Amino acid sequence: MRKGEIVTAGVLALFSIYLMWKSTELPIGYVSGRGPGGGAWPFWLSAIMLACCGMIAWNWWRRTSPPSQSDEPFLDAYGWRMVIFVGGGVIVFVALIEVISMYGAIAVFLFYYLRFLGRHGWGLSLGLSLATPILFFFFFEGAMQITMPTGLSFTDPVFDILYEIIY
Amino acid sequence: MEILSLLGDGMLLALQPLNLMLIIVGVTIGLFIGAMPGLGSVNGVAILLPITFLVPPSGAIIFLAAIYYGAMYGGAISSITLGIPGASTAVATTFDGRPLARQGRASLALVTAAIASFIGGTVANVFFTAFAPLLASVALSFGPPEIFALMLLAFATFVGLGGDDIPKTIFSICFGLVLGAIGFDQISGAPRLVLFDINGFLQGIGFLVLAIGVYGIGEMLWTIEQSRGDVESTTPKMTMKGMAADTAESMRRGWKGTAIGSILGFFVGILPAAGATPASLMSYGVAKMVSRNPKDYGRGNPDGVAAPEAANNSASTGSMLPMLTLGIPGSPTTAILLGGMVIWGLVPGPMLFVNETEFVWGLIGSFYISNIAAVLINLAFIPVFIWMLRMPFTILAPMIFVLSIAGGFAATRDMFDIWLIVIFGLGAFVLRRFDYPLAPAVLAIVLGPIAEPTLRQSLLLSSGDPSIFFTRPVAGPITVVALILILLPLLKLLRRGKAAEGAGRPS
Repeated sequence: MRKGEIVTAGVLALFSIYLMWKSTELPIGYVSGRGPGGGAWPFWLSAIMLACCGMIAWNWWRRTSPPSQSDEPFLDAYGWRMVIFVGGGVIVFVALIEVISMYGAIAVFLFYYLRFLGRHGWGLSLGLSLATPILFFFFFEGAMQITMPTGLSFTDPVFDILYEIIY
Repeated sequence: MEILSLLGDGMLLALQPLNLMLIIVGVTIGLFIGAMPGLGSVNGVAILLPITFLVPPSGAIIFLAAIYYGAMYGGAISSITLGIPGASTAVATTFDGRPLARQGRASLALVTAAIASFIGGTVANVFFTAFAPLLASVALSFGPPEIFALMLLAFATFVGLGGDDIPKTIFSICFGLVLGAIGFDQISGAPRLVLFDINGFLQGIGFLVLAIGVYGIGEMLWTIEQSRGDVESTTPKMTMKGMAADTAESMRRGWKGTAIGSILGFFVGILPAAGATPASLMSYGVAKMVSRNPKDYGRGNPDGVAAPEAANNSASTGSMLPMLTLGIPGSPTTAILLGGMVIWGLVPGPMLFVNETEFVWGLIGSFYISNIAAVLINLAFIPVFIWMLRMPFTILAPMIFVLSIAGGFAATRDMFDIWLIVIFGLGAFVLRRFDYPLAPAVLAIVLGPIAEPTLRQSLLLSSGDPSIFFTRPVAGPITVVALILILLPLLKLLRRGKAAEGAGRPS
């Protein structure tokens, strides 16, 4: 954790410098007759962020913050597995939305999580993975009139039937 | 006496069968829309606006106001049961509502939220009825320096909320403000902070994108990692007797927060461009500040649920005031209500109270009836919300991920924002591991677009002289209080640092 805290502060300091540099694309000083320039607000806020990173590093050096006193690793084996299987699952879920539609991606993600991570039975996993997207379809498209992504064209026949029902 | 007679007529109008039905249906729809992460009162009012053309204008505004009321009650539900604030107004409710739910006391949190909302709404209604024209003129006297001073005060309360690590809290506030500045410069219209020249950033980053990322994805990853996959699912019991006991306890342990939120909420709510989010946050901060046990806040203190909930309801009624009397909407929802009124052929402004007496007092009467309907319907549905918490965590967790992604898309309709939600979620997980408070960033992204233009307009007024924030009679004291609130913890930090150095120095 100790190493992680200073690395995080360093990355955030670099990001703050990038934001300061990016802010200078617009005037950061006082423009006569127009007030502070468009870049002033983000520039000075980023400068404060950079100063805060300096203070965080100072606290790290003096070992006053809890993470700077900790010898634990940032993540243990379980933590890394969890990030890969759960966090990775969410990334794949979002990537699938534009391929097999929002509802298809919900079904696949729920089945993956319930059956393989949650270790629930086939019946419950399949039942919930199919019922939830159908319920969501009628709520979002029917009641709220919000159109969700329908994925690539091969999903059209399914959506034609579903839209027939609600319109 | 004239006011009471007009209010009586208004209540009779609101109690007519059609209007009463509209109130009950509106509150119920609002409750469920508000409880859904990603959807808030603004979605409900916007989506159902076309339906209101089927009824007379008085019925239409009563229906929309009832949705608004229901959604304000509903926002607390996802904050408490899922830990995801459905709207910015309910962020502060998660601070203590979620810990209470984790301790198996979700029913206490939900009952406290409902009762505080009811009292906040009622206090605001009484203020609204009694002082509408007077308060409208006070609110109108708030110029850019006063509004910026108020925003500064809201940021100062963040510093108090962020825990012991002041640099990380200030970093979080500034980070949220910078994220709020991405997109276009509001004054010159020039593109600003288009990060890595990716065009998706041109549309800016919405509050919901950050909130869903932090609370829906990041918080869930953190919970799963911390619990080693063995989250104890809380099994709160829900009986009539238990609910009565919770009601008594919430009155006993939440009265102070309710009182602070009800009064402060209304006055912040009536200010143009302020609204329910700063009101709920400031009420939480003030309740914590005046508490004898401030360390209990964030660990499941009923006052910490009552203060923001009373405030957001009180402020939502308050924000109707500038809309009706001045034609200035105090929030996105009131902006849509204002649009509706114009479409129905009404002209908001001071003359509305003279020319459309029946409409105005019918609406004010409906506030009282909607408030009663909302608390009863909310309490009746609490067992349903409690049932959600009984689900095994391995079912609840993927459902929350799915709700976050689908709700996020429903609110933004943009896949770029969904990717941002995932990135913010993973980033929030990492930052949370290193004790960075993230709530200040979420709230700052909401207040940034209000704070920046008021700062720039103020400095333009004073030709760049910052003393404008100290010399005006209203802005001055607010700025001084805000600076004291920011500087005190910093001074304490420096003194503690010196003491630690002194103690560590070899003799």
